Amino acid sequence: MGEPGTKTPLSLEELDAAVGLRTGRKHVLSILVENRPGVLTRIAGLFARRGFNIETLTVGPTDNEQFSRITLTVDGALHPIDQVTKQLHKLVNVLKIRDLEPAGTVTRELALFKVSAEAQARSEILEYTEIFRGRVVDTTKRSLTIEVTGSAEKIEAFERLVRVHGLIEMMRTGEIAMSRGRAET
Amino acid sequence: MRAVDAVMECLKAEGVDVVFGLPGGANLPTYDAFYDAGIRHVLVRHEAGGGHAAEGYAKATGKVGVALATSGPGATNLVTPIADAMMDSVPVVFITGQVRTELLGTDGFQEADTMGITLPIVKHSFMIQHPLEIPRAIHEAFHIARTGRPGPVVIDVPQDLSRAEIPYEPVLDVSLPGYQPTTEGNQKQIRQAANALASARRPVIYAGGGVINSGAAAELVEFATADRFPVTCTLMGLGGFPGTHPQWLGMLGMHGTRAANYAMDEADLICAIGARFDDRITGKLAEFAPQAKFIHIDIDPAEISKNVPAHIPIVGDARNVLRKLLVEYRALDADPARLGDWWTKIEAWKAEHPLRYEDSADSEIKPQYLIQALYEATDGQAIVVSDVGQHQMWTAQYYHFTRPRQWINSGGLGTMGFGLPAAMGAKVGAPDQTVCVIAGDGSIQMNIQELATCVQEQIPVKVFIMNNGYLGMVRQWQELFWDHRYSQVDMGDYPDFVKLAQAYGATGLRFTDKGSLVEDIRNAIATPGAVVADVRVTREENTYPMIAPGAAARDMVG
Repeated sequence: MGEPGTKTPLSLEELDAAVGLRTGRKHVLSILVENRPGVLTRIAGLFARRGFNIETLTVGPTDNEQFSRITLTVDGALHPIDQVTKQLHKLVNVLKIRDLEPAGTVTRELALFKVSAEAQARSEILEYTEIFRGRVVDTTKRSLTIEVTGSAEKIEAFERLVRVHGLIEMMRTGEIAMSRGRAET
Repeated sequence: MRAVDAVMECLKAEGVDVVFGLPGGANLPTYDAFYDAGIRHVLVRHEAGGGHAAEGYAKATGKVGVALATSGPGATNLVTPIADAMMDSVPVVFITGQVRTELLGTDGFQEADTMGITLPIVKHSFMIQHPLEIPRAIHEAFHIARTGRPGPVVIDVPQDLSRAEIPYEPVLDVSLPGYQPTTEGNQKQIRQAANALASARRPVIYAGGGVINSGAAAELVEFATADRFPVTCTLMGLGGFPGTHPQWLGMLGMHGTRAANYAMDEADLICAIGARFDDRITGKLAEFAPQAKFIHIDIDPAEISKNVPAHIPIVGDARNVLRKLLVEYRALDADPARLGDWWTKIEAWKAEHPLRYEDSADSEIKPQYLIQALYEATDGQAIVVSDVGQHQMWTAQYYHFTRPRQWINSGGLGTMGFGLPAAMGAKVGAPDQTVCVIAGDGSIQMNIQELATCVQEQIPVKVFIMNNGYLGMVRQWQELFWDHRYSQVDMGDYPDFVKLAQAYGATGLRFTDKGSLVEDIRNAIATPGAVVADVRVTREENTYPMIAPGAAARDMVG
């Protein structure tokens, strides 16, 4: 392998092989933080500095106005995330971090779909909306805007069904996650 | 009272007796308060000098250093010292001025996003948004800087807020729910570590800067001598264990001794204390200490198993943990005779591979000899501050530090230009001690303006420039690994350091003869005021021994 500081050239394969341990699964990090300016930047910076891509990110208030909850998903197949979670713990404004196990977690996401809905397709789209327990929140003669909540998989399934009718646009909030059972997340 | 007067009260309450800084538009209010606050202010010539001086002060005293700068360029000039303090865990509070709040984000004159620029290189930072927050922010900043794993904290204060009148009430308690360093160490883990150490046949204690920061040097000696544990230290840990002790192996790592590196290579148990398995220590990670199990004691949980997986992790303050470990270890009554074979091996390495160099046949001064001469001339007692490069490694090798805080250098970031200002801060913090700088002719020029500060403020540091006319470490790498293609490393014979020192009002000397070097150094140190000695050394000398990049410890060269 080409060593740092020496003349030996580095191959692209070697560069690829040199990255750290990957878990291979999706990680949902639930982070309780003090509600202060700059907190989000500090957290995002720890990912950015390592070149990691954050897949989804939600931030919102909690039952205590001093604290906010950040839910962040990152792909452990692409990035070694162990160091990053340890560094997150060190941030002074971060109170608690949980790397949630999918099996022990309820996750929800909200999505809005604006779908092209000409007369002949309308009833089929409305039927899908019914099956997915979605709601129509806006309509014109030629379109429907539909709200769907659920897991990321459910939203993706709905997207596949309506895409064939002409998906004008889609927006997703990113997941929020809460641990199952009586204990706090 | 004015918010800036409250700042002075807060600094006094934190025990601050000196700050290093340079005024500008955005911190004019703060400087007005300094006018009669009764806190010593050292006026530096460049903000980076002030930042490094605060680091040197903190490293020499163990107290929190303070550096001030104005907004924009003043703050950006502090970026290097902030990053340096982060890498070497130095407790420094940086207070920067900021433009008026109504100008924030408008590209106002001398505006820079100080908070954003420094975010990845601080332990924590505060952007003041209301004048009433100022006192609490200052106390929280000091608390965060000095506790846990120490580090830099930045407080950015917009100019208009610092001019406000506020009711000042002393802040007596600091509570940060998200910041609770673990300091005690898990008793069960400590017991397990003691058991492992008692049954180890080839143990090594590998200590780092954490031992200095936690004030655990005495505890380290006591623990190491509770049995016959061999001890090695990192560059940052030197002085944490006496360099003259029979159980001392020398420094480890890229330019460490063979005894230390071979011992790591063959050890069956390595006890890391306040050290972070940096790449300059491990060499090729896959072949680092292949037979060893690891005990890792560190106050920062993020360091544990970062580079090398720990078998027995202990999160805690080194001093607390060592005290408990000692009690547990003594109770086990381990048989020191089991280490007999190990010591036979180590003594053989020590005897066969001492640090060595070929002395000159004439009167030429070898760079290694300069350090030996300094050691002799100061009876090994001076505080030695170095810059970064070959001279730094030779100082680490040949000056046998015997007490903590005697050796001050920039390890993690490797900041050229650190030495002179850091020595200035160290001398202010430890006025009764001799403070010497070993600099390179490259490094010294990166902050030489602070000579003016030393002369004006009567800070008598003694600077020895190891002058080989090269950026020596880079030249060495080009010689060894890049086919002697010396690209942009020849600094020539510029400037004339003797004349330059005299121009600054310091004493300038030039040493060229090894025969009189010890005496020359003694005389330089005895000369009142700041002294700069231009010491001409062999031009192309390499720092050895060396673990070549990508090699393993057992394959050391030179």
